[in-house]
Amino acid sequence: MKVGIVGVGITPFRPTTPEFSWKELMYDGAQRAYADAGIDPRTDVGSFITCAEDYYEGFGIFDEFTPDQLGAVLRPMHTVGGDGVQGLANAVMQIRSGLADVVVVESHSKASDILTFNGIVAHGLDPIWNKPLGGHPNYLAGLEMDAFLHGSGNTVKDCAHIAAANRQAALLNPTAAYPSRVTPDQVAASAALWAPLRTLDASIPADGCVVLVVAGEQPARAMASEPVWIQGIGWASDSPSLETREWVVPAYARLAAEMAYRMAKVRPSGAFDLAEVDDKFSYKQLQHLEAIGLARKGQAGKMARRGDLDAGGRLPTNVSGGSLGCGNVLDASGLHRVAEAVMQLRGEAGRRQVDGAKRAVVQSWRGLPAATGAVAVLGVGK
Amino acid sequence: MRKVAVVGAGMTLFRRRLQETGKELSFEAARMALDQSKMEIGDVDAVIHGTAPDAFDGVHMKGEYLLDGSGGRRKPYMRVFTGGGTGVFSAIAGYWHVASGLADVALVVNEEKMSSCQPHPQSVFAHIWDPILDRPLKPNLVWIFAMEMNRYMTVHGIPYEDIARVAVKNKRNAAGHPCAQLPDANITLEDVMNSELMAWPVRRLDISPPSDGAAAIVLASEDVVRKRRLRDQAAWIKGVGWCIDSTMWTDRDLVFPEYVNRAAKMAYRQAKIDRPRKQIDFAEPYDPFDYKELHHLEGLGLADKGKAGLMTREGITERDGDFPVCPSGGLLGVGNPIAATLGIKVGELYWQLTGQAGKRQIPKEVHTGVTQAWGDLMQYGCVVVMGT
Repeated sequence: MKVGIVGVGITPFRPTTPEFSWKELMYDGAQRAYADAGIDPRTDVGSFITCAEDYYEGFGIFDEFTPDQLGAVLRPMHTVGGDGVQGLANAVMQIRSGLADVVVVESHSKASDILTFNGIVAHGLDPIWNKPLGGHPNYLAGLEMDAFLHGSGNTVKDCAHIAAANRQAALLNPTAAYPSRVTPDQVAASAALWAPLRTLDASIPADGCVVLVVAGEQPARAMASEPVWIQGIGWASDSPSLETREWVVPAYARLAAEMAYRMAKVRPSGAFDLAEVDDKFSYKQLQHLEAIGLARKGQAGKMARRGDLDAGGRLPTNVSGGSLGCGNVLDASGLHRVAEAVMQLRGEAGRRQVDGAKRAVVQSWRGLPAATGAVAVLGVGK
Repeated sequence: MRKVAVVGAGMTLFRRRLQETGKELSFEAARMALDQSKMEIGDVDAVIHGTAPDAFDGVHMKGEYLLDGSGGRRKPYMRVFTGGGTGVFSAIAGYWHVASGLADVALVVNEEKMSSCQPHPQSVFAHIWDPILDRPLKPNLVWIFAMEMNRYMTVHGIPYEDIARVAVKNKRNAAGHPCAQLPDANITLEDVMNSELMAWPVRRLDISPPSDGAAAIVLASEDVVRKRRLRDQAAWIKGVGWCIDSTMWTDRDLVFPEYVNRAAKMAYRQAKIDRPRKQIDFAEPYDPFDYKELHHLEGLGLADKGKAGLMTREGITERDGDFPVCPSGGLLGVGNPIAATLGIKVGELYWQLTGQAGKRQIPKEVHTGVTQAWGDLMQYGCVVVMGT
């Protein structure tokens, strides 16, 4: 059974949002999505899903606080402790199971409310083996970047290219919180964090909300906008233990992609008109491109510097600006990538538009210290 | 839509403090469920995990932390979370993994380790309230449940004895459960009615105990059941439903759990049940407090409004009664490791329907059972109907 995305709502991502509470942010994202799909949430939606983590939200049980602002009171609704694309996978499964015709998927970040972001990330480390070592948890990104560069043959310069290119691409995206005209040299000259990682290699948290309306084939065709079909979806986790996970080619991305490509019946090479790939750190984009079969091992950096990943290149990647340009919206990051792909496939991406885009691949990662991610293949047409 | 069956289940001891880590508890439960299903982890296509607040363990992204113990390493792994409702809800999520065709075999693992939370897991519940409207009042769960219990008793004129009888029944039922934390074959109505007053009208023995534990079930598609010859040990999921009410509990009518009723109607519609009391043989409603069993029986349409207490008084809900309720011993008798109650809700349905409940086996023949969990801020209901 076909499942399509028929509504997209994105609030502008911003470093802080003092004028809105997190509830108002969710309301804003939802009303945009409902207007886009032309639906009334109180009568036209079978199920609601939110993707959130208690610690980010500052609540013992965040699921309690989800229904009212989405119009989901006295309706089926649940929380996924996962990335937005994992939430989308639940929507696909509910629709294919016949449990709902129309499903709403929401995820947001109110990172500016979090006083101790790094402390929360550190709380995600194994409490017995890793957390007692102390230190700023982003040292893990430095370690992984080092392992990846040595293991794959990509270089620090390749990473700096990504960090600059994505921030520049974001200049064309009104959603972006951190667009800027930086050069690779400026990235390389930014303050060192954990070698070889530099300040501009890391994305910065932002506030924002993304809501998608998803529907089965029949209702999707009756809705306001052209459906973007979810041709394949996959998700996977590697070992949570730092000591036993893959550090060069992350298994979570490889396995999620295999699952999604199998479902979509595609081979990755040459199959996609654009890609939105997780770039919470610059090296992650290269690592993920290689893990999901869009670049050969050690070649992702060369592709980037050749211009293959630019808007007019062979595989435009992160033309949205990615997390480096738009800001890290936590578990909404994956959903934002899906939303960007939907707008591109509809031809509604404005000055970022990739001409004639018919099929896109989206890949997400939950961020430090998780080894979980998801992949979706999206397309328009029959 | 494909048919989905439970083909194996497992659960650990439920205890106030267990030495095992959350990962180890998850592993034990998963291992038992796989052994009963005659499967290895390699046969599992997807793992679904249920665990309640991260703050119990003090681990951010607790689902990620527990995933290797649950068998999720290098697999599609999904954590779902609906507060206390997670005990049954993760099985619903497991159901749609298989029913949708994305997985043929799914392993659902629920874990809770409340004892890591010092000085008492109740302190986590200080952080579940609206930060502006509720939190300054410093409420706790026993207080608000006392309000709900009081309202239920007052509106319907239900005597406290009828509510306390539920605690007696369930703690006695738990005497047959190998994992039980608070079984008591000899407990009397006076014991419950004279126990320490916590927040009027709630007394100590009206409440289930905090607990550590884990539980797991294996779900399989019809094809897998046939190919692996598991028909004799399969119980089929006939209907699922779930529903959330408004966050604003102060604006709600606490007399009747409308959210449970709507979840039940959703599940019954799928299971083609229009007269639940006639078509269902037994129930495992969520019973963290004794009045909740009655409340939920009414929400599930298994008792008329205000009449569930009468069913208990007349012995109808005893294990050998006309309509057994919580034959497992429930949360009141077996324990309440929030999400891990999967083992005494969906797990008990499975064992009863396949005749594997041992000393707890309902004497009459049972073909259809319903289970339900309750969660968040007195606002979440999820329901599963299973049958042979």
